[in-house]
Amino acid sequence: MQESKPLARTAMAARLARDIPDGWAVNLGIGIPTLVADYVPVEREVLFHSENGILGMGPAPPPEAIEPWLINAGKQHVTLRTGGSYFHHADSFAMIRGGHLDLCVLGAFEVAENGDIANWATGGNETAPAVGGAMDLAAGAKQLWAIMEHTTKDGRARLVRRCSYPLTALGVVRRVYTNLGVFDITERGFVVRELIEGLRLPEAQARSAATLLAD
Amino acid sequence: MIDKIVAGMAEAMAGVADGAVVLVGGFGAVGQPDALIEGLLEQGARDLTIVANNAGGGEGGLSRLMRHGRVRKLVCSFPRSNTGPTIFDELYRAGKIELEIVPQGTLAERMRAAGAGIPAFFTPTGYGTQLTEGKESREIAGRPCVLEHALFGDLALVEAWAADRWGNLTYRQSGRNFNPVMATAARLTVVQSQHVVALGALDPEAIVTPGIYVDRVVHVPYGDPQI
Repeated sequence: MQESKPLARTAMAARLARDIPDGWAVNLGIGIPTLVADYVPVEREVLFHSENGILGMGPAPPPEAIEPWLINAGKQHVTLRTGGSYFHHADSFAMIRGGHLDLCVLGAFEVAENGDIANWATGGNETAPAVGGAMDLAAGAKQLWAIMEHTTKDGRARLVRRCSYPLTALGVVRRVYTNLGVFDITERGFVVRELIEGLRLPEAQARSAATLLAD
Repeated sequence: MIDKIVAGMAEAMAGVADGAVVLVGGFGAVGQPDALIEGLLEQGARDLTIVANNAGGGEGGLSRLMRHGRVRKLVCSFPRSNTGPTIFDELYRAGKIELEIVPQGTLAERMRAAGAGIPAFFTPTGYGTQLTEGKESREIAGRPCVLEHALFGDLALVEAWAADRWGNLTYRQSGRNFNPVMATAARLTVVQSQHVVALGALDPEAIVTPGIYVDRVVHVPYGDPQI
């Protein structure tokens, strides 16, 4: 039997990018989601939104062209595409909460089969919790896709029946992209849309803590 | 004649009381009014509640205020820095600072509401999570929501790009962030501006903060934010 090879983070981002249509307004969370922008071809006009007040955000500039006042939500230098705009934080989150974004992509610790997402705290008391805009994005975007490794480094499943970590939002995730495949969340739970080459459903199931239904 | 331009930092910070709630603009270092924070440190007010998106990084800005023991409580969405451990982390671990985590959009909207005369509002953000435990909730139009209250400041510290003597302001790129919202939500709004221009020099179509929200402006040709 052919050996399957889990996708690298960049390949996961590239896979998700294929599904973003021309014309969408999209917010990408910190981490793997940020990589997605690199795989959307320039000729496809996707409006990237950054919660610190940018619509039409472009890629990182070369070092000699850095604009010190222009950063993304991860506080990295970015650029503004022709046609882009700036606005203040309350307007930015009005866009988010008001349902004006077609898509938000967030990283996650866990996603549950009922669409719950946990992505902001692991419950440890050592460091201060930090939520940023995740709860607003999860509650407000027209649809939410999660992107994450299928399991933790020590092999614990991240597709679960119910989240064990503190929740970010309830019942909002529509689709999950992992290094093993693409999974839709439906009324029946996780439905497999796609598995990486060489991986079979029982193998993906063995690395999940919720039932994966065949498409 | 209206002239909100003040000569120096002492005048800018005059009257700030111990225990004040201070709204501090900025998203990370960008748009953060570091010179005003320094002025507040000099002024000496203690027991402050700071409302800001982040908790400061490195040794400057908010970190200095915390290092000097002036901050009793921080209200913020993301008390974490790209530049590694912070003074805030140290104080938090030692139990020497209170922390209220607020979702970023709720933080912005609570201040918008304060400035707009809306005492409280219902929002779906955070419903069913730890951050809204104990808050009143209600289903509105089929959606469960939580009640959030307006967040007022005694003082707002704002960084602008250009200001005139009426206090009209423009901002620079993503340096705008929380600044215009905070400017509306405090009893006293103090601005540091890179440029001070003649009345009439700002395009009325491009003014972001009309001067009605602004009390004092200090000219601080401050240079670029350090990321």
